[in-house]
Order: sequence, then structure tokens, then C-alpha cells
Amino acid sequence: MKAITKQKGLAEIERLLEKESSVFLVGCGTCATMCHTGGKDEVLEMARRLVDLGKTITGSVVIPTVCDAQDREAVSENVKAIDEADCILVMACAYGVQTLALYTDKPVYPALDTLFMGQEMSPGVFSEVCVQCGECVLGWTGGICPITACPKGLLNGPCGGAKNGKCEVSSARDCAWEVIYERLSQQGKLDNLRKRRSLRNFSASTQPGVYLLDGKDGDLK
Amino acid sequence: MNLREKLAAGRFVITCEVGPPKGVDVTEMKRSAERVRGKVDAVNVTDQQSSVMRLGSLAGCCLLNQWGMEPVFQITCRDRNRIALQSDLLSAYALGIENVLCLTGDYVTLGDHPQAKPVFDLDSVSLIETARELENGHDLAGKELNGAPRFFVGACVSPEADFIEPQIMKMEKKVEAGAQFFQTQAIYDARKFADFMSMVRHLKVPVLAGIVVLRSAAMGRYMNEKAAGIRVPENLIDEMDKASDKAAKGVEIAVRTITGVKGLCQGVHIIAIGQEKRTSDIIDAAGL
Repeated sequence: MKAITKQKGLAEIERLLEKESSVFLVGCGTCATMCHTGGKDEVLEMARRLVDLGKTITGSVVIPTVCDAQDREAVSENVKAIDEADCILVMACAYGVQTLALYTDKPVYPALDTLFMGQEMSPGVFSEVCVQCGECVLGWTGGICPITACPKGLLNGPCGGAKNGKCEVSSARDCAWEVIYERLSQQGKLDNLRKRRSLRNFSASTQPGVYLLDGKDGDLK
Repeated sequence: MNLREKLAAGRFVITCEVGPPKGVDVTEMKRSAERVRGKVDAVNVTDQQSSVMRLGSLAGCCLLNQWGMEPVFQITCRDRNRIALQSDLLSAYALGIENVLCLTGDYVTLGDHPQAKPVFDLDSVSLIETARELENGHDLAGKELNGAPRFFVGACVSPEADFIEPQIMKMEKKVEAGAQFFQTQAIYDARKFADFMSMVRHLKVPVLAGIVVLRSAAMGRYMNEKAAGIRVPENLIDEMDKASDKAAKGVEIAVRTITGVKGLCQGVHIIAIGQEKRTSDIIDAAGL
């Protein structure tokens, strides 16, 4: 599962960096590279664009994974170029932006919007796989997540909005419940759909998510 | 007698629907309602249909009550979480509204505020369950209510859905959750509707067949292409195409459909949005 991102428009990035004249760029070698939003090529392209906007680029680095402690090392290896910059523009997911911010006092700006946790189904096609609801239902839905794949997150079957097997929200998307129905039908497990599912517990995924292995996370919620 | 009592007594009932205005001028809504006064048993008030923001269905039902007509409060899960839904159900009862039609609701991006936050805390099945729980004198948190409401709880089903089995399974769950009557999505083929009715007869719940009045051949084609759970047979589209008086033909087709389904179900729900005069013509012509 990867953090699926898309680049913010240049106009928005220009507004974010309005008061900054020199910039250090950080890319990510994992998810953002796969999404073509913050790999080596995109970092070089961003540097060119920012120069065109009159910014000074003091340096850049593509950290293998921006969302972990590798940031500490990367920041110390690039300490001079970072010191010279007014700010850091991070071409990684929001997790990466927040992690990097732990290791530097410089202002950090996101160059990307983080869309969802997903996978690349075919080249250039990214799909969300899990919304981290905190109460996994895959055990009775044939391994297809209706909380994620149905825009309404329904638990008791299709809403009646599907047309020719496609979702009312987008004709490019299969109705998740029709797919689940077919899968369970093949598996001879349609009885799973006859059971009435009661209310979802949204407190299982209350924001901000907190979990302690010793089970004391309840105190923090 | 109210809707519940009429259905219990085995009367063939007629409902129709009105849409509240986008704004506060209810003149047109009142005019629409007046056209069917005395002809229908109850009038549904849509809950921001197609996710287009308008005056609320609760207020619309309250107005119908004031005008001396029996309302059916359509309530969807799109815009309210379980706290607001329960509260609105209690409010409805306190305002003299007993009929509620529990729906999932269209997705927000279909309407005129596509950037709004979609809620869908409950779904149609759990909303039905919620209404019945309130009747038992406590809320979803198990807290006791100071005075319990009593509802006549309705639900929706699409007899012409792509896959009928999941529709019927969901209908079964709605009955198990406490649904007391059904209003269907539009149907045009009485024979296929008979098949549907034979598949749900075991549920022993009143079904009101949905009749959407055709205005033109183009409307039929459009619904076939875009509208979920609606199939207008080609021969009806041809008839509309050839008719010189489209309005009269639309009424004639509706009357024919009603005649075809009358012995199969417990009532009809006629939708002729903005053309309530036709609803009245249809009821007269069908001899209801």
C-alpha cells in the first residue's frame, strides 16, 4: 500500500512560496517516485520551474523514504544547503512533510496533495484500497471493501443507484456491491449478504488515530 | 383513515410526491398539492432530491399537515449523522408526521453542492431500524426517551434493478429491520412487475408501484440511459414518439400500467413532477 499523491498546481506552489526567495527541495524515492510526483525527475523539473519564478535553489535531495528517520541523516548531510534556504519544499506525501518537519526548524511546504492509501492497478492508474476504518469487514465481503469501494460506504448491499453495473457517482467505476455479490455468489457464500449489518462504529477510526500496543490508547481518544 | 389504516384495511392506496422549493416561496408547492387534494391518500415530500439543496422535507411535511393533507416524510442518510436523523425523526412525530420513507440518498456529487461532505453514517436499513428503536422508547445509545414516537415506516425498492437478487435481499433486510410499506422505483412493464411481486410475496408487506409519467420519447430514452433501476420498454418509447398529444399519451400509458398492476400490489405511487394536473387526470382515468 502506498501513499497516492498528485502535484499541486504551480500557481498554488507559487502562492505558498510567496514570501520565500530561496528553496531546498526534497523528493521521495518510494511512493512519490511511483506516482511520478516527487522522484528524481520531478524534483529536477520543479527546480527548473522555481528558477523560472525567480527563486534560488540551494540544493535538493531524494530521500529513499521521507516518512521515516532517514530524514535525520539526510538533513545533516545537506545541512549547508538547507541553512542557506529560506524554506524546504517537500515533494512527498503529507506524512513525509510532517516527518521531515520533526528534523528541521526551517519552514516546510508541501508540493503534493495526498489523496489516499492505494496501489497502482495498471500503469498510471491508482486505486484506493483501504480507508482505515478500524473495523475490517473483508471477512464477509469476499475480500472486496465496500467501505472503500462504495462511495457511500454501505454495509447492507447496493443503494439502487447503479446503472449497467456502474456506480451512480462515476460510470467509470463498477458498483462495489455488484462486484461483491458476484464474488460471493461464485464462492457460494451469498448468505453473508442476508445477514443484516448494524451500525458502523465511527469511533473506531476517530481522528486523530491513536493506538498503543498495551491497549491503553482508550485514554488518549 | 390514514395511510397505515387504509393499507391495513386492504384499500388500494394512491400516493404522489411534491418537491419543496429552492427558497422560501411555497406558493407553487401549495398549488401542486392542491391539484391532488382529495384524490391521493398521502403526499411524499422529497428530501433535497438529487442532492440539490432546497427547503427541507420536514418543513414541507409540516406545511402539508397545515394544509390538511397527509404527508410522507422522505428522509435520507446523505446529510445527517445518527444524532441528527434521530432528532429529525422525533421532531417529525412531535409535528404530527407519522409516515417516514427511509432512504440512503443520492451521493452529494450528483447535486449542486458537489464539494459538500457526504455523511452516510447510517444506511437505509439501519435508518429503518433506528425509527423502530425510537418507537421502543429508547435511542440508538440505549438512552430512554421521554415519550416515544409511533411511525409508519416505509422504504424503497427497485424492481427493475440490474441485479434483482441483491435488491430482494436488501428488501428482506428492510422488512426484518421493520419496514411496513414499500414504494418502488418507476416500473413500466406490468408483466415483469408481476414476476417481481411473486418473488417478494413471502415478505407480506404492502407495495406501492412507482408510476413515473412519461412526457416524451426523449424522456424515456434518457431514463433508459441514465436513470438507475428504470427501464422503459421500446414499444412505449415508440408510442410516445408517434403520439401527437404527448401529454395525453403519457397519461394513457400511466393508466394502462396502473390497470396492469392493480391486482398485483397494494397501491401506486405516482410521480409527475411539476405536472400534478396529470396525476389527477391519471387517477380519474384509472378509475381509482
